[in-house]
Amino acid sequence: MTTEVGPETEVKKESEQLGADAVNEKREEATESQENQKSEKTLSEEAQSTPSPELATQSSPSSQKKEKDPPEGKGISRFIPPWLKKQKSYSLVEPKDEAKKKPVEERQAAEERESQLPEDIAQPKGNLEEATIESQQETKKNDKEEEKHSVSSADTQPAKEDNKESEAEKVANEQEEQQKVEEKRETKEVQTAEIKLEKAPQKALKKIKTVPCKVMLLDGTEYSCDLEKRAKGQVLFDKVCEQLNLLEKDYFGLLFQDNSDQKNWLDSSKEIKRQIRSLPWLFTFNVKFYPPDPSQLTEDITRYFLCLQLRQDIASGRLPCSFVTHALLGSYTLQAELGDYDSEEHNNHYISEFQFAPNQTKEMEDKVVELHKTHRSLTPAQADSHFLENAKRLSMYGVDLHHAKDSEGVDIMLGVCANGLLIYKDRLRINRFAWAKILKISYKRSNFYIKVRPAELEQFESTIGFKLPNHRAAKRLWKVCVEHHTFYRLVSPEQPPKAKFLTLGSKFRYSGRTQAQTQQASNLIDRPAPYFERTSSKRVSRSLDGAPVGITDQSLLRDFSAATVGPAGDIVFAGEAVGQTKLKNGEGRDVNGSPTKIPQLELTQDEKNNSLRVNGENIYVRHSNLMLEDLDKTQDNLLKHQASISELKRNFMESTPEPRPNEWEKRRITPLSLQTQGSSHETLNIVEEKQQAEVGIEETVVIDEINRGKMQAVTGAGETRKVEHLSKKDSSSLSSDSSSSSSSSSESEDEVVGEYQPHHRAAEDIIREEQEENEDAKRKEECATKVIQSVETVQEGSKVTVEHTQVTAKALAQENAVAIKTGEKNVMEEGKQDLRAEDEEEQLKINGDGSHVDIDVVPQIICCSEPPVVKTEMVTISDATQRTEISTKEVPIVQTETKTITYESPQFDGSSGGDAGVLLSAQTITSESVSTTTTTHITKTVKGGVSETRIEKRIVITGDADIDHDQALAQAIKEAKEQHPDMSVTRVVVHKETELAEEGEE
Amino acid sequence: MAGLSSSSSGGGGGGGWSLGRCSHAVVRALPESLRQHALRIEKGQEVDFARAEREHQLYVAVLKSKLGLQVLELPADESLPDCVFVEDVAVVCEETALITRPGAPSRRKEVDAMKKALESLNLNIIEMTDENATLDGGDVLFTGREFFVGLSKRTNQRGAEILADTFKDYAVSTVPVYDSLHLKSFCSMAGPNLIAIGSTEAAQKTLKTMQQMSDHRYDKLTVPDDAAANCIYLNIPGKGHVLLHRAPEEYPESAKVFEKLKDHMLIPITNTEMEKVDGLLTCRSVLINKTSEL
Repeated sequence: MTTEVGPETEVKKESEQLGADAVNEKREEATESQENQKSEKTLSEEAQSTPSPELATQSSPSSQKKEKDPPEGKGISRFIPPWLKKQKSYSLVEPKDEAKKKPVEERQAAEERESQLPEDIAQPKGNLEEATIESQQETKKNDKEEEKHSVSSADTQPAKEDNKESEAEKVANEQEEQQKVEEKRETKEVQTAEIKLEKAPQKALKKIKTVPCKVMLLDGTEYSCDLEKRAKGQVLFDKVCEQLNLLEKDYFGLLFQDNSDQKNWLDSSKEIKRQIRSLPWLFTFNVKFYPPDPSQLTEDITRYFLCLQLRQDIASGRLPCSFVTHALLGSYTLQAELGDYDSEEHNNHYISEFQFAPNQTKEMEDKVVELHKTHRSLTPAQADSHFLENAKRLSMYGVDLHHAKDSEGVDIMLGVCANGLLIYKDRLRINRFAWAKILKISYKRSNFYIKVRPAELEQFESTIGFKLPNHRAAKRLWKVCVEHHTFYRLVSPEQPPKAKFLTLGSKFRYSGRTQAQTQQASNLIDRPAPYFERTSSKRVSRSLDGAPVGITDQSLLRDFSAATVGPAGDIVFAGEAVGQTKLKNGEGRDVNGSPTKIPQLELTQDEKNNSLRVNGENIYVRHSNLMLEDLDKTQDNLLKHQASISELKRNFMESTPEPRPNEWEKRRITPLSLQTQGSSHETLNIVEEKQQAEVGIEETVVIDEINRGKMQAVTGAGETRKVEHLSKKDSSSLSSDSSSSSSSSSESEDEVVGEYQPHHRAAEDIIREEQEENEDAKRKEECATKVIQSVETVQEGSKVTVEHTQVTAKALAQENAVAIKTGEKNVMEEGKQDLRAEDEEEQLKINGDGSHVDIDVVPQIICCSEPPVVKTEMVTISDATQRTEISTKEVPIVQTETKTITYESPQFDGSSGGDAGVLLSAQTITSESVSTTTTTHITKTVKGGVSETRIEKRIVITGDADIDHDQALAQAIKEAKEQHPDMSVTRVVVHKETELAEEGEE
Repeated sequence: MAGLSSSSSGGGGGGGWSLGRCSHAVVRALPESLRQHALRIEKGQEVDFARAEREHQLYVAVLKSKLGLQVLELPADESLPDCVFVEDVAVVCEETALITRPGAPSRRKEVDAMKKALESLNLNIIEMTDENATLDGGDVLFTGREFFVGLSKRTNQRGAEILADTFKDYAVSTVPVYDSLHLKSFCSMAGPNLIAIGSTEAAQKTLKTMQQMSDHRYDKLTVPDDAAANCIYLNIPGKGHVLLHRAPEEYPESAKVFEKLKDHMLIPITNTEMEKVDGLLTCRSVLINKTSEL
């Protein structure tokens, strides 16, 4: 099943990167992926028994292009998502005959295809490009970087891979009965995997755009460099550290300031561009993790930078100290920078040029001088050490403060530090949660939660919630907590969340080295103490001079940007605008590509009989969840937690007793008139996205299994049916949907939006009912989502749409099982049904229910400080026979991305003809976990003597950009497949909406 | 390059482990009005004033003669019945002294004499002038690494905030105090990392709170009697760890606990009369460590 996920995720990622010429890119991408698939297929043939896919790829004789050289190939293979690697195992298990059939045809097709799209090839773009470039750069660079990179990326991958592999095996077993289907599927998967390999080389051909980038260093100087546009944070960070000659760099990081003047840590593992968005490429190099005992640092140079940071912290008031401490620390600073006190050289004024405190007085300066005199003969390094020994004892040393409110609305501060989370109210510590006591950290919207172990005499874990100023602040805090916990408390970084279906959430994890690891590494440092010049802290303090007392270092950053950007107005920092084309490395192109192999998405021509059908579901991660210490929570616990969370949430939102609307609910706010009209869809989108701007929501898609067969005995099936609603839909609307792939982007959007309308109407009443039933559900917000599931759209090959709606409030698992069983028996022929899980459609349906619209949302949106820039993208990969087509559209209004990716098995079943079919039964089962709501909708229909059981699952995941879509999707599909081994996935629709600014924080 | 750094202790600035270091002490004579008018939580036995005076003289003598501290003895003020309990009117940490605003209005004037005395010692004086703030020194537990401030009838949040502003180097955590007059009515420092704590449920609960709030791990010394948990730890050059604790005649069981402290020089102090008006050992002195005469 992962197969379907593959292309989607790939496309999805790339789609986010698209610029103005997005359409072209998309097309190219599709082409590439096809090629890749093709080549992968070939690979699979040849390498069935080859354990290492990378090797196989490299040696693949079929590639007519230049072979990529081994190192390159390896580098690239690193970037292949684990789930793709998993497919190797598939290929091992699966029969080969299927794969063998395909290649020839595909190759031909591929060639045709390629000839059609020469331009596209000339302009490669996309994620892989980045990957390639990065790997190239890294190879160019010193080995350390290479190591580093592999450390960070390799850390996370193995586990996934293992996971997937075992999963794959499991699946393989299950599939034995269904060889046909599987074979087909497998082929697909293999092809998918190849995409990546192929793409990379082409990218290298392209010119690499670079962006000028500036980093404010701790000594007040500025470091400039040009970065490849898609460079990851690590590249810049390594450059800076290299410039600084800093080896113990894990304590440091790069900050950038977002639109609301909030500082964010640049995530090394992600593209810079995606994090800072349209912001200028301005960063400050800062200490990120303050070593609790600086004397354990190996090198003086590291201590020096820590000193510089602390001097800033102190001068800005961020690190409060007493008068005496100010004076003492100041005196060590003087000793370090000026050496021994010299009564002749150091007149009364020398000291005034330093800033030791936010509000420096003459009295303090006198005291500093007095103390300076006592430090005679201390070397600079010793003076720094003394400085640090005193600074480290300050209670706010290394505490990262965040504004928040408690459950009663009282202003407090949350301080994240090495030992845990500190709660302050007016400078007083009112509580403290050591990491050891914290079971879980999570955030949801602007709320931040910690779940703590029961105290000694208590029995129950408690969850404590805090209200942050906004969603972004909550996420920022959450991330900082995750990072601090990992750095200080774990021996090695935690793997990103295992692919547990019920624990979907942000996949964000700290990927750098932990303190333990960095200390270990530091012990291995074997170089003579590097010479470095201690630039006077005067410079730093001067830059602070103009600032008012109590300035935070944000003001420093502001100064910086003002100074650098202001004067040099012609310097454009906006990433894309500045991009230059540079061809950095031509080697990459050869990596793997054999242009002759043009894979096709729709290898399915022969497999008509396979009822591969992926039907969309939405995975809605609404709740990012980090289970720091008890990763093995049962679902019960999760639910419990969820309950407590919603309890808390209710507390927080007393003014709005109704739960906040989720993404879907928000859409209901949108006037219906807008939705119905295709022509107005753009407006609609805009409105919707505005509403969502504040809450970063991603919907990931959908999975579904449909098993369809001829039901021979079911002649009288019509009688047993429980059809609540059955309507025929004009086929045109559906066809338009499926054909959207070839239509322009705007058209496809139109279709998506427009298509929903009918469903909306049909489902409206039912939705209301169900919502009422669910009134008591712990997570009311999700009602709408659940309801959505009750509506299905069935698209028949003949373009007849059966729309039936059935709501079964109390769906039982048993029923579910029964339904599946039936499906099994009936499998005679794999029908081709086109199930359109149109997420948006369903969203529209929700609109009908106004009762759940939470007013709260609107103000939230209004408060959003984001500039009104909208980026809307829509990617539709549709029926394979039509080739993959991706449409993109940009509407510059709100910073939100919407992506819908539909992936479905290619062909319709001709058997059903134009009949709408008769709905025999339908049921809906809903289950919830912390972060997801899964609704399973099972329908049985009879069409022309063929009975069809279709299970449609919708998984809705609400959360932020951190969600690992790939994984979520793969998981969901896997899960679905495991549940119904006898059925096949025919369609996957991914609908993703992302707040751009949100991602910027990553 | 690794080794050269840590000659810790620094210069006493952001310091941590100066707990118990002491060169000076401020005490005050007890007025006769104490017998009748001193504040007390509950009426009990009448104070034997003569005996109270004797006990106090002994107390001062220990500080002065036995431990060699420079003791400033302030004269009694008959209009201030509680003036002997100087601890409540000033919190001194290192070179900084916070003149408090006692929670009991009748005691507000006690600060004047104290302020003068501390000024004479060249301390940085911070006065708590905010009329919304109250703080009794008896609610302030300084562990050497951080402050705990009991929020009691005498001490409020605002007072604690001002204390936090005054001693910025240190974490200041607040803990609720329910059944006792002051935080230190049932606890005190008995060593550099050692908290003496009473056995009552309230005391133990408070200790747990403090432990939770702290980044540091403290050892605890539980004594059967809450009042006996109030002791005075000093670290006197040449004498090492010194502990002034309640006499065995008063709290025999608790005294036994103290006697297990092998490294401490133990000095039993009788405090029967003052305790009748809620006065414990720490209440009667403000200890100061003058490291320099700058």
